[in-house]
Amino acid sequence: MSNAAAEKIILGKTLAIDADGNLVNMADWNEEIAGELAKEEGIAELNGQHWQVINFMRKVYSETGDSSSIRKLTKESGVDTKTLYALFPKGPAKKAARIAGLPKPKGCI
Amino acid sequence: MKDLVILGAGTAGTMMLNKLYKLLDKNEWKITIVDNEKNHYYQPGFLFIPFGVYTKKDVVKPKKQFFPGEHEMIESEIFKVLPEFNKVHLNNGIILDYDILIIATGSRTAPEETEGLKDKLWYKDIFDFYTLEGALALAEKFKKWNGGKLVVNITEMPIKCPVAPLEFAFLADAFFEDKRIREKVQITYVTPLAEAFTKHKCSEVLGHFLDDKGIELEAEFNIARIDNENKKLISWDEREIDFDLLVTVPVNKGADYIEASGLGDELNFVPTDKHTLQSLQHKNIFVIGDASNIPASKAGSVAHFASEILTENILSYINAMPLAAKFDGHANCFIESGHGRAFLIDFNYDVEPLPGKFPLAHLGPFSLLKESRTNHIGKLMFKWTYWNLLLKGKELPVGSAMSLDGKILDNQQIKEQFITDTQQIQKLSGGI
Ligand SMILES: Cc1cc2nc3c(=O)[nH]c(=O)nc-3n(C[C@H](O)[C@H](O)[C@H](O)COP(=O)(O)OP(=O)(O)OC[C@H]3O[C@@H](n4cnc5c(N)ncnc54)[C@H](O)[C@@H]3O)c2cc1C
Repeated sequence: MSNAAAEKIILGKTLAIDADGNLVNMADWNEEIAGELAKEEGIAELNGQHWQVINFMRKVYSETGDSSSIRKLTKESGVDTKTLYALFPKGPAKKAARIAGLPKPKGCI
Repeated sequence: MKDLVILGAGTAGTMMLNKLYKLLDKNEWKITIVDNEKNHYYQPGFLFIPFGVYTKKDVVKPKKQFFPGEHEMIESEIFKVLPEFNKVHLNNGIILDYDILIIATGSRTAPEETEGLKDKLWYKDIFDFYTLEGALALAEKFKKWNGGKLVVNITEMPIKCPVAPLEFAFLADAFFEDKRIREKVQITYVTPLAEAFTKHKCSEVLGHFLDDKGIELEAEFNIARIDNENKKLISWDEREIDFDLLVTVPVNKGADYIEASGLGDELNFVPTDKHTLQSLQHKNIFVIGDASNIPASKAGSVAHFASEILTENILSYINAMPLAAKFDGHANCFIESGHGRAFLIDFNYDVEPLPGKFPLAHLGPFSLLKESRTNHIGKLMFKWTYWNLLLKGKELPVGSAMSLDGKILDNQQIKEQFITDTQQIQKLSGGI
């Protein structure tokens, strides 16, 4: 779990965020907050396929403690690569992790 | 007699062999090392080959030269590990039993993963420099190339030595300047990341170097395919980038046997405890170097720092003691910036790269996070250090835990120092 770097008010709640702007506490997350985070990422509304990816990421995180890489998403989420980039433009793994209330995937070192 | 088996005799495997050979009781432990290559490649040297600074003989030496005593290696491809039975099957038919297994088979480039990469233009107008063949082919190409659109690209993260592609772009800028054709060469740096450096701190302090050198940045570009007919990179979101010459770092993956053995993640890297370096699945398997999935840079310097920790933990494991030594993710990388200058960055899991001086006995001090000639000399000296000290598991003039001595923590100071420095640099110049 990453360290808190700042606070942010979403839907009237004050939430701790890390240096990448991702939520620090998984418990702070809910579906409404996901909707707000999605808007910040330029996604007006989350549809069923978005949720398929978000739920997949949360499941993997609860099992492994890691946010999925793009490769894990393309291999295992059930959504193909082309669609992933259409759903979460430019950075599917990074954006989906943020919307799912998880830390940034660690592939970027 | 007990068996300790090391898979891979590259940077990390060779260091572990040298360290454990000295420490384990020879009447109790037999150490076996396996690799399918006779020769050791000094991979950091591949960066300099396209620019004619190093040739093949600088970067290749027989592996045997770096083994302790008369220690032999089994030369074979590894086929599969059977962790439930503590056995390794080799392609040559040999089956090895182990009490302790060290996985050190690194990471390889996999151009076949990207549509259109290893196709008609491969080693004609598309090159990699992460393999010796690629670097040598590119050196030949550069001798004849008269300019055009040069695209330097990372296909997907993670890659080993994540700063090497950027160094390549900096060196290319200087190289074409020296050749007096820089104005005919358009350099574009294309990365899946949101900024040029993988560490945000570096982008903050060093990001303007791209502008200064006239290198264009295309960020968040994820290649879907390469159009060989029209010479274009095409991203998953249908953006296109034209190239005349493409220098790419293909997808990096762990060895195939890792997948066959059920030991890897989606890129065949082995899930590993980032502090103890023990496999998360099997207590008698340890992982070091590029083969693991720890969130540290895949770099020789990291493997070096990790080797000290792993040695201690293997001894603890043998003595049924808790694995008390903890790796902090320490990385220490020189970044070539062209014209005989370089930066040095130093960071770990928790501390971002900081500017300052790196206190190094005899050689330093090296300037952290800023360009200097001493740093460049340091980078070139790394070759000597690598062949003569590092591989043999000898003490380097740097310890494994990162030290905050000599680092500047104040931001205002960083900026001022940086500005004076850049002004100085503009006045100075020298060849590679
Ligand atoms: C262009 C470039 C520049 C770099 N620059 C730097 C730098 O400046 N500083 C730095 O610190 N690091 C740098 N690195 C990274 C550094 O080279 C690696 O991180 C380091 O070599 C990792 O060591 P390793 O032992 O994990 O893997 P390797 O040294 O790659 O060794 C892996 C070994 O496993 C063997 N192997 C793999 N699969 C099998 C199999 N199936 N059967 C049998 N044997 C197998 C291989 O033959 C190889 O000998 C650079 C790398 C590149 C490519």
